[in-house]
Amino acid sequence: MITINTVSKKYGQAEVLNVEKIEIPRGQSFGLVGNNGAGKTTLFNILLDLIRPTTGEITNNNVVVNKSEEWKSFTGSFIDESFLIGYLTPEEYFDFIGDLRGMNKADITSFLSQFDEFFNGEILGKKKYLRDLSKGNQKKAGIIAAMMGNPQVVILDEPFANLDPTTQIRLKKIIKTLTDKEDVTVLVSSHDLSHVTEVCERIVVLEKGNLVKDINTSQETLKELESYFSA
Amino acid sequence: MIKHFLKLEWKQFFRSASFGKSIALKIIMGFFVLYFIAIFLSIGIGGYFILKKTFPEQDPLQIVNSMLIFAILGDLIFRYLMQKLPVMNIKPLLILPIKKDKLVHYVLGKSAFSGFNFLSLFFYIPFAIVLIGQGYNLLSVLGWLFAMIFIIQAVNFLNFLINKDNRVFAFIATLLVSLIALQKFTSFDVSIYSQQVFDGIAANPILALIPFVIAVVLYYVNYKQLRERVYLDDVVSVKTEEANTADLSWTERLGDVAPFIKNDIRLIWRNKRTKTVFLMSFLFLFYGLVFFTQETYQENSAMLMFDSLFITGGFALNYGQFIPAWDSSHYKMLMSQSFRYRKFLESKWFLMVAMTSILYFMSIPYLYFGTKIFLMITCGAIFNIGFNSLFLLYAGSFNRKRIDLTKGGFGNTQGTSATQFLIIIPLMLFPMAIYWVFDKFIGYNSGFIAVALVGVIGMVFKNYFMNLIEKKYIKDKYAMINAFGKEA
Repeated sequence: MITINTVSKKYGQAEVLNVEKIEIPRGQSFGLVGNNGAGKTTLFNILLDLIRPTTGEITNNNVVVNKSEEWKSFTGSFIDESFLIGYLTPEEYFDFIGDLRGMNKADITSFLSQFDEFFNGEILGKKKYLRDLSKGNQKKAGIIAAMMGNPQVVILDEPFANLDPTTQIRLKKIIKTLTDKEDVTVLVSSHDLSHVTEVCERIVVLEKGNLVKDINTSQETLKELESYFSA
Repeated sequence: MIKHFLKLEWKQFFRSASFGKSIALKIIMGFFVLYFIAIFLSIGIGGYFILKKTFPEQDPLQIVNSMLIFAILGDLIFRYLMQKLPVMNIKPLLILPIKKDKLVHYVLGKSAFSGFNFLSLFFYIPFAIVLIGQGYNLLSVLGWLFAMIFIIQAVNFLNFLINKDNRVFAFIATLLVSLIALQKFTSFDVSIYSQQVFDGIAANPILALIPFVIAVVLYYVNYKQLRERVYLDDVVSVKTEEANTADLSWTERLGDVAPFIKNDIRLIWRNKRTKTVFLMSFLFLFYGLVFFTQETYQENSAMLMFDSLFITGGFALNYGQFIPAWDSSHYKMLMSQSFRYRKFLESKWFLMVAMTSILYFMSIPYLYFGTKIFLMITCGAIFNIGFNSLFLLYAGSFNRKRIDLTKGGFGNTQGTSATQFLIIIPLMLFPMAIYWVFDKFIGYNSGFIAVALVGVIGMVFKNYFMNLIEKKYIKDKYAMINAFGKEA
């Protein structure tokens, strides 16, 4: 589904990312871990054609992301709060994104109704603008918006941060459903090792821009990661 | 302690992104500031002589004194709308070992030096110096000047007390309007009392202590009130407003630009700065009243052309020059969505054109000044629609400054860069020049026709130009994402 091919990014002399090759098959839940400055967000930004790689390219479903914009119609993403439009209410925001993703009013309503539990009554019908919601609630809105319009690829940067424990558990369930039942490829980055090991079939560790580990998740993975990061 | 505070202020000022990198912009901004200071100074210096010449019978100081009541009330209203106590600045300091008293004094003391208090001084001080030069008693002029300075401070602190109480504001606004009305239509003239009061201060400079005491008392009241309320759930709280969800489904008829139009309408209505821009554009409608009523401008028809452009162009100019920076905070998200860039641009174009048309219809009363004037306004509107709307979109692709919509409205220059100054030339001077050349050398209405023709050409070839603009935006995408991602 996604092929990362010798992608590197340099700012002046400083190289922030240098990845040889990563192949992510369809329907895989792919986890990206690494300390601050490891290059996780940079990689996602390149994948979304928000910044240009210095060398190499990323192909998303046979579309080279910085050559054509075709990938946009089947890729949903939420990187940070700047993906929200602060002066809209969550309903208006979902309408806007839904509109752009070719959903009509009824589609949007029925889509959102699946996530009543996830929203926990804190998002819809609150008469609040997104900018006035708490960080966690903003994140909930952004994550769900990224899943609108039946994307084949969903990219979430740090989705677990700021969420309350109940919502974290529900999010893990949602991601599992996406990859297992709907064959959606989900890319997740996180600082929380136990969350990624729980939700991802495969985990890649970045350090200072380089790929240092590529693990198929098993019983021992959490231990392995913990010992890696405590070294 | 005060040293720490001053250091923070210094850093806040010099590290704000709007302080910018480009030296050219700094110089241009510097010139603008100097320009405004020069204007105030020249009114301050020249004011005495102008009044002396216009009203040779009267004492210029007395004329100024009679007007001061209006100036003070006007100042208060202006501040009510524009000035807010910057309490939020102390939020990060609350948990540090600093006494709350100090923090409150710091916030209040800082406000004494806010720009609002200095603007009018650029008039009062030179005016006072001229008075002394003209042989007025030194002591009485100084007394008068200090009284003015204290009054400004008193108004400063009074404003924080009434802030956010709409009833007090309504009272003051009604007071001002009715005082003006009474003076105009009845025999009651408040300016006489205003004059008596301030003449009295000039006669007995010691009376300047009264406004001083008032200012001190108001400071103290502010201090008392604020000291009690420095809590996160009180004054240092982020106010959230209830969302107003107007039904915008009528926009659906506009087809596939509808989602963006809806967004833009909400953008304008729900953010302070854009709302100011929107409301200001109606003020621009009255621009013509200033010029069309004056004899001196009647001969200079190129100048009148300039005014005509402003009458209908208020919105397009003020909103258009910051496209696409209005969307800078969520620009990344837009760029990862699947839509044709064209739609985004079309919606901006549509908004500018729609607002220009509305303003044009509202300008119909200008027919009162004759068909020639109205013809000019019509040509101006055509030019604004055909040329300026497209040109502003193109110029927008050079915008590289983020605008944080949550920040205040009036006088907020965030997002301003050299682009904003450079685009004035084609926007305003170009049509003036066309008009002038044709009017001068061919004459008889050819000036109008030429200006309107440029607009018509713009409309006819809109698609062609739109394609160019779209290409430019797509080409500059990464630079914009990068620039808009930086903190403003």
